[in-house]
This record gives sequence, C-alpha cells and structure tokens, in this order.
Amino acid sequence: MSGPAIDARALTRRFGTFTAVDGISFQVERGEVFGFLGANGAGKTTAMRMLIGLLAPSSGSATVAGYDVATQAEQVRRRIGYMSQRFSLYEDLTVRENITLFGGIYGLSNRDIAERTGQILSRIGLQRAARELVREIPLGWKQQLAFCVALLHRPAVVFLDEPTGGVDPITRRRFWELIYEAGAEGTSVLVTTHYLDEAEYCNRISIMMDGAIAAMGTPSDVRRGLGAATLDEVFLRLTRPGAAV
Amino acid sequence: MRPILGFVRKETLHLLRDRQTLAILILLPLVQVLIFGFAVRTDVREIPIVVVDPTPDVATLELRERVAASERFRLVAVAPSTRELDSQFQEGSVRQALVLPRDVERRLGRGDTLAVQLLTDGSDPNTGGIMQGYATAVLRRWHADATPAARGLRIEVATRMRFNPTLESAHLFVPGLVAFVLTIVSALMTAISITREKETGTMEMLLVSPIRPAAIVAGKVTPYIALGFVSVLLVLVAARAVFEVPLQGSLLLLLAESGLYIVTSLALGIVISTRAPTQRTAMLAALAGLLMPTLMLSGFIFPLESLPSPLQALSHIVPARWFLVVVRGIMLKGAGLPTLWQETLILAGMTVLLLIAGSRRLTIRLD
Repeated sequence: MSGPAIDARALTRRFGTFTAVDGISFQVERGEVFGFLGANGAGKTTAMRMLIGLLAPSSGSATVAGYDVATQAEQVRRRIGYMSQRFSLYEDLTVRENITLFGGIYGLSNRDIAERTGQILSRIGLQRAARELVREIPLGWKQQLAFCVALLHRPAVVFLDEPTGGVDPITRRRFWELIYEAGAEGTSVLVTTHYLDEAEYCNRISIMMDGAIAAMGTPSDVRRGLGAATLDEVFLRLTRPGAAV
Repeated sequence: MRPILGFVRKETLHLLRDRQTLAILILLPLVQVLIFGFAVRTDVREIPIVVVDPTPDVATLELRERVAASERFRLVAVAPSTRELDSQFQEGSVRQALVLPRDVERRLGRGDTLAVQLLTDGSDPNTGGIMQGYATAVLRRWHADATPAARGLRIEVATRMRFNPTLESAHLFVPGLVAFVLTIVSALMTAISITREKETGTMEMLLVSPIRPAAIVAGKVTPYIALGFVSVLLVLVAARAVFEVPLQGSLLLLLAESGLYIVTSLALGIVISTRAPTQRTAMLAALAGLLMPTLMLSGFIFPLESLPSPLQALSHIVPARWFLVVVRGIMLKGAGLPTLWQETLILAGMTVLLLIAGSRRLTIRLD
C-alpha cells in the first residue's frame, strides 16, 4: 500500500436537511494512531461509518487503504477491521468459536486461525477462558478480545468506535497498549473517544464540531494552537466558545 | 464457500445453545397436532333434529324411524309445519331440520321428483358440514330402499346452510398444521435471528466484513431449513400415530413441496427482518403479517369460499393458501405433480420474488 491509509476529501453526509458530516478532509498515515474527538452528535460515528462502508457519502470522497469507499467497498472491507461502540461478538459462542468464526469470514486458513488464536489468547491472558462462553467473561476482557478479533486478519486500518466505554482504568491502559502494538506493527488506527486523557496517547487528533473539523494536529499542536494548557480546556473552548475557562 | 460453512456452524450452535427455544420449536408441532386433533372433533353425535312432516304416511314414518334409530341424531320433534323452526334454531334446541313435502308416499309411488329441504345450523361451519353429510346419507339410503324398482335417483335434496350459506365441508387439519408450523419455524425464527444480530450489533461486524449479504443469509437460514423438515416429519408422524391421518400420495413429493414452502417462509422472514429494526417488531410483524393470514386466509380454519370477496382476493397472495392445496392434494387425494403443478409454480414464483426483494434490501446494507 502506498499513500495514506485514510484519505478523506470533503466527505459529506446529509440526512434530509440535516448535515451530519460537513465536508471533512483529513489523512491518516500508515501506522498512525489517529484520534477522532468531539461531543456526542458531532458527527464522529457518521464519518466513521462512511469510511467503513456502512453509509454512502452524500458528496466528497474517501479512500481507505488506497481503495475508494464508495466504488471499491469490497476491497476496502478486506483491509479494515472494526470494533463498534456496542460489544459485538457472539455472547453464546465461546471465545475460541468467535475467533474461528471471524477467521473463517476473513478467509484465513485453519492453520492461521489456530496460530493466531493462540497468539491472541496469550496476549490478553485468556488461555484458560478459551472454552468459556463470551457471555461469561468480564467486560474488560471482552473488549480486548473484540479488538484482537478486529485485528485477526491483519488489516491495514482498524476503526475503533469508543472502544473503552465502560471499562476500568487499568483495562483502558492495557487496551491502549494493544492499540500501540497494532500501530507499531504498521496498522493504522482511527479511534473515536470521549476520554481526553486517551486523546493524549494519539499521534494526531481531530476535534469535530457540528459535522466539521474544528482543530487537527498532534495533541500538543492542538493545545498550543488554542493557547490551552490541557485538551480538556481545548475541548471546552471549542464546544462552548462563550464559557470562561 | 468456507465462510458460509463457518456461518452454518455458528447458527447451529446458536440454535442448540438456546435450549428453551429449541424445546419449544420441537414440541410445538406435537402439541399442535394434539390440540387440533382433540379439540377439532370431526365426529358429531346426538344432533337435535326436527322432522317437518305435514302429511305423515308409511314412507315418512319409515324415514323418521331411521333418523331416530341413528346415534348421530336425536329426534327432538315431528312438526306439521316449519312455523316453530326459526325460534328453535335460534335458541339452539334444534340444529337440523328435515322438511318433507306433502304426500310423500304417493309421489314416491308415482316416481315423481321429491323436493326435500334440509336445514342445518351452520354457525360452526365444520360441524355444519358434517351434520349435513350425515342427514343426506340417511335420506339417500331411505330413498333407495323406498323405491326398490331402482328407477334411478329421483330424490332431490335441496340443502341450505343456515347462518353460513356457502360453507364447505370439514377438512382434516393436518395439512394446515404443516403450513402453520413451517411458518413459525422458518419465517418467524429467521426474522428473529436476523433482527437479533441487528440489535446486538453483530450484524454491523458482518456487514463491515468481506462476507456477502447473500452468504450471511444463506448461512443463517440453513439450520432452519433442517429444522423445518424435522417439524414436517414430526407433524406427519404424530398425526399418523395418534389420529391415523393417512398419507395417500408420495412422501417424497410432500417433502419436496414442503422444502419449497420452507424456502418461501424463510424468504418472508428475510423480507421482514430487513425492515424490522428490533426482534420485537419482527415478531409482531411475523405474527400479524404471516401467522394470522396463514390461519385465517389459507383455508386452514375458515373455508376460502365463505370469506367475503375482498378477503378471498387477498388470500391469493398468502403462500399458505397454495401450499395447503398442495398438501391436501398429496395427503388426502393422493394427487401428484400433474395436478398440482400450477400451485407449485405459483409458490415458486412467490419465493423468487420474495428472495429478490429480500436480497435487494440487504445489499443496501445497514442504512
């Protein structure tokens, strides 16, 4: 793959008269961890859904892993991983069965599946729970498992929609270690989050407001650009311009 | 192909691990056969009957004795006129009336046509049809014996169904039950299992993956096809074991046609699931939109001929209506494909249309 992992150009999505995403343009490089920030309803999830082919853009264009999301959806799908806001593995299948299922869906060979299952289980320390129903394991582990499943087929880009919602701080930290590992292995990561401390971990961030990108850059660039000491402050200034900070 | 196999395996595991639902699905056909078999009694006894005999003579006395002797009937009264009949029917003390003309013996002797009126309480259509059949049989036998010269049938029984003039006779319930059970197993369960994935968010994971929507659906429905066949066999075996319902025609043809109807139902389930956002909506849609028509508009419970014409017209788009003709034809009449090809073709056509509709909606993906 040459060129950026994600290249969005004036990407727009309207629902009737409401413009959810309003002409956003940005690029994500290979191996980069890119944070997508914004208040609820700012358009983060809509933008992400266009990039993963769940929603057609109203105008503008985007390529993911070098393929156009509107016209080459099939190629895009082979090269991306996705983890949704909601936990979305099969609760009534075991850990191992879930991994095997998604491995099969992505066309991995049985040997690859067996090998990667072992890697995943040892990486997140779930070996003993391999035969347990996913329903039975704690949420923190479920989220890590879902992330590993999203990476199972070694995608070029992985999309994480608020992956750390509702998990404890230790698991969140563990989760970010996993994200860094993925980035280090060359996988680009686009992650939406509410947690501003997490945003500091990103290589670059963009802050969305009312469907448009209000600020973009490395966390320190963004802070400096607005003369703010913390990302919290940045966020407040952008979302509530009148408020004294 | 491999992703589909993995999917079939997954779906089978879902089905097997949800013990309660599985138990219901397997017990349902058996319970239904027993309920319908015992509740819908097809033999009627002690029908309160009135014979209206304006001019009693030897011939009418003979007929009255035959009626009284039969355990099917209880001769309530012999009346000289029809004056009391309306009120007797209304209060239910009489359910059938045999109205004889004047001078029966003389007419029989002359070989005249005999106009006998048979009135039946048709408020319960199935029972009404059975009662009508019994009375007609008694009349025919009596007439045949009363005219030993056998100058051909001269009797003419004008029957009229009170309260429900156009009813058909009772049917065996098993063919309808096959359609009913298959609608539940195939359409309802498919709709629920697809919308469940929408609700839990796993559908999103699948739609983001390279697996094609058609493969998702194929993988999801395969276990339900198998379950559908099991249900058909359960109904047939139970009906035969408990009620000795015959299977006149070919079992193979019956299973093949059931296979077709299973696919029709699955397609209906898919169409519902592409529109319904939640399991609850899907279930209501399947109950109101599929099960009710299958029960009411297929000829299973109410004969189609007795429906008002708008509903009769509507029944043409109910797949169960055509499937019922096929199953009844095979099971009760021993009919084969040469007589049933039209209904089969209609079902196949519906199936293709539904599958196209379902897959078109699916390719639009989640939005």
